[in-house]
Amino acid sequence: MSGLRITIDPVACEAYGYCAELLPEAISLDEWGYPIVDGRPLHPELVALAKRAARDCPKRAITLREKTSG
Amino acid sequence: MTHSASPAQALHNVHRLLGHPSDLKGHLDAHGPLNVALGRNGSWQQGLMSSLEDSRLTGRGGGAFPASIKLELAQSAGGGGTVVVNAMEGEPASDKDTLLLTRTPHLVLDGAQYLAALCRAVRIVVCIPIGRDSVAAAVNQAMRERSRNNHAPVREEMVRPPGRFIAGEESALANWMQSARSLPVLRPDKGAPLRIGRRPALVHNAETLAHIALIARHGAGPFRARGMTEEPGTSLVTISGDVTYPGVVEVDRGTPLWDIAIRSQPAEPVQALLVGGYGGTWIGPEHFGTPYASIPLRTIGAAAGAGVIVVLGETSCGLAESARIARYLADENAGQCGPCVNGLPAIADGMAQLARGEGRYDDITRLQRRLSEVNGRGACRHPDGAVSLVRSALAVFAGDLDAHGRGQPCPHWRKLTSLRFPYPIRL
Repeated sequence: MSGLRITIDPVACEAYGYCAELLPEAISLDEWGYPIVDGRPLHPELVALAKRAARDCPKRAITLREKTSG
Repeated sequence: MTHSASPAQALHNVHRLLGHPSDLKGHLDAHGPLNVALGRNGSWQQGLMSSLEDSRLTGRGGGAFPASIKLELAQSAGGGGTVVVNAMEGEPASDKDTLLLTRTPHLVLDGAQYLAALCRAVRIVVCIPIGRDSVAAAVNQAMRERSRNNHAPVREEMVRPPGRFIAGEESALANWMQSARSLPVLRPDKGAPLRIGRRPALVHNAETLAHIALIARHGAGPFRARGMTEEPGTSLVTISGDVTYPGVVEVDRGTPLWDIAIRSQPAEPVQALLVGGYGGTWIGPEHFGTPYASIPLRTIGAAAGAGVIVVLGETSCGLAESARIARYLADENAGQCGPCVNGLPAIADGMAQLARGEGRYDDITRLQRRLSEVNGRGACRHPDGAVSLVRSALAVFAGDLDAHGRGQPCPHWRKLTSLRFPYPIRL
């Protein structure tokens, strides 16, 4: 595992859904199209895709963190 | 199964917070001077901080966060900040902060002064929501008295944010003071201190501050002499619902839930208690003996929350009342986060359908799925509270759920609500 985790800022997110298309292994969508992340550390093979998902999010709602806190 | 009231027990409790209403003179006669002028002396500061730590005081607004740790976080952010007195009390079933500020405002304001001295804050701001004018008047009068008598070393002022449910959430309150938007903010790192602009803000519930004032004056000892060893002190609890005498009581931490509830004299046999608040947890009679303290409550999936106990009598429908609360919480969402904006109304719809006896097995399954999906997905804990409320309702009122789910709702669902809401809630 990479130790990196995906966090989504639910205030910023507007359900574009690109992230779930890029990274279905780690992000699914609820019935309204908002992303659900499982909160587990990312598999190393997925890190590059996750970074792209964060970069491509139109609302900049995705952050990759080394460790979840709070 | 229901629980019946036994004759009221002798009230052995001596009040710490709910003493006689007092003006500044009465307050000083009872507790002595503030003495924060000594605050420049390091040993005074150390003494107060270790008293706070020894007291094991936790926040009484809902989060139950240790007061000493919160103080250290604020101190790490540097001086020049604000101590915020959170008297928003957006919880419709809570009256404790209003009562406290009306009766003993000096205790609450003193608590803020001690914290201001410890974290070198430059102002104290009391937040009283729009509409609570009598509380605001009492606090204004107290603040005038204090400034006239040089009893306010740090400047005290009042602001009047909008009185919505979510407005008292501490990040929403800090956000409102900064930008006039009363909306919670995502805080990925809960260890980072709150700020208003660039300056640190230490937000505390009014009751917590009153406890701090007493601990600062009299040490941790008298506080620790009350309650449980592992969770000392007293707490204010607002009791409402199907009771003869709704109101606020001060209880020792660890008092069994039922012993608290009977102080308001349940008006009929009791089928459940709602503990914590509208975003709290329903408790069935098998758990009425649970001590009112964090750890025992956690083992049954509950929390003391904002100090609320709602008594549900046998002639009330738990599903219908929960559906009303779910609707209220949905109406009160901040309109920010998709899962909450969409999920809470859907959950409220599902509950209303079940309460009316129009929901079937599939609807219960869908409701359960939505509860799992919405939980933990907001910037604040608002959706989590709604999920806790509804989940516990489905468990505690499982018998009713079965009948309602077969299209045979109990006769009580049409009854007028026993709960308090700031506006009418349609089922």
